[in-house]
Amino acid sequence: MGRITTISGRALPLRGDDIDTDRIMPARFLRGVSFDGLEQHVFEDDRKKGVHPYNRHPFDVAQFQGASILIVNANFGCGSSREHAPQGLHRWGIQAIVGESFAEIFFGNSMMIGMPCLTASREDVQALMAAIEKNPRADVHLDLQAGTCETEGFRCAATLPPKVREAFTTGAWDTTGMLLEDFDEVQATAARLPYVGGF
Amino acid sequence: MGKTLLQKVWDLHTVRRLPTGQTQLFIGLHLVHEVTSPQAFDALRVRGWTVARPDRTFATVDHIVPTQDRQRPFLDVLAEDMISALERNCREFGVRLASLGDERQGIVHVIGPELGLTQPGMTIACGDSHTSTHGAFGSIAFGIGTSQVRDVLASQCLALDPLKVRRIRVTGQLPRGVYAKDVILTIIQRLGVSGGNGFAYEYAGDTVDRMTMDERMTICNMSIEGGARVGYVNPDQTTFDYMKGRPFAPAGEAFDRATRWWQSLASDADATFDDDVTIRAEELTPVVTWGVNPGQSIGIDGKVPDPERSSDRQAITDALDYMGLTPGQRIAGMKVDVAFIGSCTNGRLSDLREAARIVRGRHVAPGVKALVVPGSDSVSRAAEREGLADTFRSAGFEWRGAGCSMCLGMNPDKLAGNQVCAASSNRNFKGRQGSPTGRTLLMSPAMVAAAALAGAVTDVRELVQLTQTAGDERGAD
Repeated sequence: MGRITTISGRALPLRGDDIDTDRIMPARFLRGVSFDGLEQHVFEDDRKKGVHPYNRHPFDVAQFQGASILIVNANFGCGSSREHAPQGLHRWGIQAIVGESFAEIFFGNSMMIGMPCLTASREDVQALMAAIEKNPRADVHLDLQAGTCETEGFRCAATLPPKVREAFTTGAWDTTGMLLEDFDEVQATAARLPYVGGF
Repeated sequence: MGKTLLQKVWDLHTVRRLPTGQTQLFIGLHLVHEVTSPQAFDALRVRGWTVARPDRTFATVDHIVPTQDRQRPFLDVLAEDMISALERNCREFGVRLASLGDERQGIVHVIGPELGLTQPGMTIACGDSHTSTHGAFGSIAFGIGTSQVRDVLASQCLALDPLKVRRIRVTGQLPRGVYAKDVILTIIQRLGVSGGNGFAYEYAGDTVDRMTMDERMTICNMSIEGGARVGYVNPDQTTFDYMKGRPFAPAGEAFDRATRWWQSLASDADATFDDDVTIRAEELTPVVTWGVNPGQSIGIDGKVPDPERSSDRQAITDALDYMGLTPGQRIAGMKVDVAFIGSCTNGRLSDLREAARIVRGRHVAPGVKALVVPGSDSVSRAAEREGLADTFRSAGFEWRGAGCSMCLGMNPDKLAGNQVCAASSNRNFKGRQGSPTGRTLLMSPAMVAAAALAGAVTDVRELVQLTQTAGDERGAD
């Protein structure tokens, strides 16, 4: 799989803590046997309501169209393990997310599809959101190795846990091949477990 | 120095350390359902892989199944497609499947334990966040996404980072009318919806020791709502008694050998924990959520918060607006339109018994739609045999077939408009129950029953003189 070291593009700020995967991708859009077309339903129910300060949801604001970096607050992606949520965001065009914190399963699911979730401090996320809202056309640059996030007039730390960073920068974020590499050892581990042999 | 159960099970299942620094962990049981698996099977087909250990894999249908008209093909074409896809995938890859019509069918987290597939000391994975339920047996159970379902199908392994362990001790006697559901809602309220991030929760203390397996499952089930992907209880005699005689449990001398092994896995007395929390059971009351995440809850005697008096003003204002509540309003008396008893949290036989005890001889309030959706076909049959189904039907409840149903509204069971639902399920997120403006109040099944009868949020402790505590029935199943 490909190495991911830097990501650049316009950004989209999405305010709010504890945004759950039911909101990112309502369950009725899980009714299907593929992930195709999920980009059309990202935040579908939230988007009908409009959000301060744009009077519409950030995913519908003209200047954020085509954004590839999503900026969020705390505990983003909590709740259901549905991969449909990060799949929908990714297919919409999001390549990386910067936030205060992420729910664990969402973080892992995003990693599995090559969409890194970088962590920044609450203050930095606020400043970053403000900078983007002031100048939505400016590109944001993420450097995974250096652990930085930069846009016109603002720069902050945005980091991944070291092992996750290494997985992205070495291209090891697709795990199946790695897990199958030493299948004899898998079988040997299984054979040592008493329940596998029926005690 | 002693080890926790998590460390022991983790070490036993470790295949190797991966170049990424993660642990390659063998998965002892992979449970599969129709919603999060089709893309994973497709990925196997594309790469020419097989299912590595079909003998460690078991599938059922739950999320999308209709609970009323279950004739095939379903009227719901998409549901028919999804179930047909799972049936085809299981045939092609040699995976055991309990589809609709199979007496083992039900919610994946209900049937795993029922069938004895779930056992202490196992690592368990399933493409569903409530997989933490299985931790009640002293297994380490992970909710995973579809790409990880693909990994487990192909390799029977996951690449994982180690977890810290927070021990949550619940001590003392639960008051009458206060249930396992109230315990876990209280834990989530106190520690927060993201408080468990990076942790496994070990539930301990004498209250948990006295709990039935069903009650322990309710608690472990909602670990994820507190941010903890894994929750577990150390296996003990209650666990072993439950295991005995289950279809996939070891039998005869093998059962005795199994019991000795299971016992050896419990956290050592001198194990150290990354964090320790104590909850006093005597202080607990029935809990109801008032907001849009499972941490936004109060005791039935309480009032919803005033955003002006909170540091979390924006989130509380937003939640109250969505729920149509006034700051400082009492939660008791809030009108409900729908009552839903079911889900992997509270859809087991003991839950239905407790709710039936409340409704027996009474009737659902006019205008309230009330439904009972058993967690599995087996629960449904047992409830019919015991007369619980008749109790519910004559009280005006709809009695349905087994499935996830209105917990997440992927089948025809949905809220309409901004209906308020008293629900025994696990999530009160915006739009969770199938209507983008639907409102959910989480509570125990007994509290849902009480709300159905009164047509409003009601203190179950007042509605009836409980003749027995939940504990009197402990050990009955």
